Amino acid sequence: MNIGPEDFRYVADFVRRRSAIVLEDGKQYLVEARLEPVARLHGFPSLDALTSRLRVTESSPLGNDVVEALTTNETSFFRDVHPFETLRDEVLPDLAARRSLTRRLRIWCGAASTGQEPYTIAMVIKDDVPNLQGWDVSMLATDLSTQVLDKAQAGRYSNLEVNRGLPATRLVRWFSREGSGHLVSDELRSMIRFAPHNLIGPPPGEVFDLVMLRNVLIYFSEEDKRKVLASVVTCMAPDAFLMLGGSETAANDIVGLSRERLGRSVVYRRTPALVPQQLSSHLTREVPSCARS
Amino acid sequence: MRALVIDDSRAMRRILCRILEGLGYEVAEAGDGQQALDHLRSAGAAGTMPMLALVDWNMPVMDGYTFIQTVRATPEWRGLTLMMVTTESEHGQVVRALAAGAHEYVIKPFTPDAIVDKLQLLGLPIEAALTGSPS
Repeated sequence: MNIGPEDFRYVADFVRRRSAIVLEDGKQYLVEARLEPVARLHGFPSLDALTSRLRVTESSPLGNDVVEALTTNETSFFRDVHPFETLRDEVLPDLAARRSLTRRLRIWCGAASTGQEPYTIAMVIKDDVPNLQGWDVSMLATDLSTQVLDKAQAGRYSNLEVNRGLPATRLVRWFSREGSGHLVSDELRSMIRFAPHNLIGPPPGEVFDLVMLRNVLIYFSEEDKRKVLASVVTCMAPDAFLMLGGSETAANDIVGLSRERLGRSVVYRRTPALVPQQLSSHLTREVPSCARS
Repeated sequence: MRALVIDDSRAMRRILCRILEGLGYEVAEAGDGQQALDHLRSAGAAGTMPMLALVDWNMPVMDGYTFIQTVRATPEWRGLTLMMVTTESEHGQVVRALAAGAHEYVIKPFTPDAIVDKLQLLGLPIEAALTGSPS
């Protein structure tokens, strides 16, 4: 099925309004490939017919299916390798020292897709950071697409998926064979709560010590990227870390973030100034009164 | 950068050779574990030892598991990185291969990106960008 230029522009605008994802000129092939199954599912003989209906019913199951079909869900275990070495060697030990009184860590993995990244983080915590053993560590993993979240929640991966980036030692330690697939252990799954979330909407109403937002902002306009980062900052603890994808950067003037290089990765840290009242309680909760300054 | 591909399937050897050559490796082939050992002896004498071997499991004459055990028991070959590439997908087999001395494990079928990922995990050099399709 082909899509005409005007319909392509409309679909690109619709998707940008709903998800901040930018579909540039030249991505018609992507839209055609991704929307053809949606058209068939909804009984449309052409993408013309689909977009005609979409124009009058944007807030509908059709609208949701169009947005989901056009989100890019590529992910893999230990993607890019180096950020997880930085997590293991620098970020998590730093947080373990800073949170040694509460022994509690909260992590947000945004754009978690089919779950490989949050499970990777969980494996690093369990295998590689002895100082965090016995801690209260939990992770919120979110994505715009409920389809990918369902798969992430199920924690079942194919041979092709476990081949991508997952060390064999971790495969046998953290997965069991189930039919033709590989199932994540209950111990890892119990650390993670999967929930739908749109990055251009309000941030999750929690405070996090570490935010992973990798390889998603590259699809956003500069303006939407700044809005998302400004929103993310508001749910980071005063000394929390933010990690983006390898080729991504946060603008130097995002209020509340400072950039530093740790190991082979660039990370961002919430700067301690401008700590709203609700964030300071994240650090002082459960701390004995004698330990507060 | 030299590599050795060991598989009794000529088609699979071609696929793996193409992937590794695309990543900048000079690749030799062997059709079973015994041929591979013979190659390592010659390469050792000539000073052209590979740094990496991709090893199928089920092969005639000498299978990949036995090849790996033999390599790991040979001091002058301890520097060779061994990656099993096999249809054996049960975790018990993965455990056996790792215990025998395999450094990594890929389940067939695989995409070229899977080989790239494993090389990165192992800290092996990659000197070119890879383009390809699932194998």
